[in-house]
Amino acid sequence: MIKCTECDAEIKIPDDAMENEIVTCPDCGASYELIKSSNGFTIRPAQSVGEDWGE
Amino acid sequence: MKGNTNKPSFFILYDQLRWEEKSLIEAAQKKDIKLEVINCRENSIELDQDKSNYRDDVILQRCVSYYNNLHSTAAFEGLGAQVINSLHTAIMCGNKLFTHMELSKSDIAIPKAFCAFSNQSAMSILNKNGYPKVIKPVVGSWGRMIALLKDKEAAEAVIEDREHMYPLYHVFYFEEFVKRPPRDIRSIVVGDRVVAAIYRYSGDNEWKTNMALGGKAEACKVTSEMEELCLKAAKTMKGEILGVDLMESENGLLVHEVNNTTEFKNTVRVTGVDIPSLIIEHLTNHNK
Repeated sequence: MIKCTECDAEIKIPDDAMENEIVTCPDCGASYELIKSSNGFTIRPAQSVGEDWGE
Repeated sequence: MKGNTNKPSFFILYDQLRWEEKSLIEAAQKKDIKLEVINCRENSIELDQDKSNYRDDVILQRCVSYYNNLHSTAAFEGLGAQVINSLHTAIMCGNKLFTHMELSKSDIAIPKAFCAFSNQSAMSILNKNGYPKVIKPVVGSWGRMIALLKDKEAAEAVIEDREHMYPLYHVFYFEEFVKRPPRDIRSIVVGDRVVAAIYRYSGDNEWKTNMALGGKAEACKVTSEMEELCLKAAKTMKGEILGVDLMESENGLLVHEVNNTTEFKNTVRVTGVDIPSLIIEHLTNHNK
């Protein structure tokens, strides 16, 4: 379990989580990218949607 | 980045690990297929390296950023890799005017469109052809900056705004507003098959059908007419894995967009078709 840096809510890391996967805080909706660490995963704020994102 | 001597079957190149990319990785793992993922944002590319490093490597392009996608495709294809889809497809699909002209050359049914390169000529051609019309940025996704121009006043307001934007937005691309049900069709092409399709319904108070704008999805049966049209569009764009968008006009189906790095989460959800596995199979067959 990791704490949201915005609202301190607990963010559950999925069992099948992968590095760079995006997780969202269930309380405030902030998005984070999972980064591998020696203890499993840490988080960093996800990149905001870019003007050129799409299909 | 350098080519790996212990070569995987193929690579997935991404900049955001979304549901689609994760499902592709999991589908490969289930089939015990060795793949390597490359995070485009965390790597650099030696553009003048030995081309044997990537010769014949198969790279599935999944970058969500249009510019990351286009330029990393150019880099890897230039180094000899087979990028899916190719640079040609990325360029042609990534620009609505280019797409229109490519499809037009193959006599594929498309909405009528016109372009202009100044405010004055844009207003002139709009007034000549009448309203409503749809203005679309030539490069853009998820319905951003697409506007319905119902009359001259609306057109003048939008076009004047564009004057203060990046020069790409001074290339004015207009399409007819096609009379259709409040939905369009997203078809997923993998190789020489249309593997699944969905209806995309407009969200509340919205005329655009993009899922990114809150549209709803429903399964759509792939008809022989749809299949023929989508495969012809895919062949014209020289693409292998594409999302072909169709509108049901009064005169039959029209192709209004071909997506180079198609999303398929909603299509899998509502159709149950295992698109990630089909894509992995397609990539695997590339190496044979």
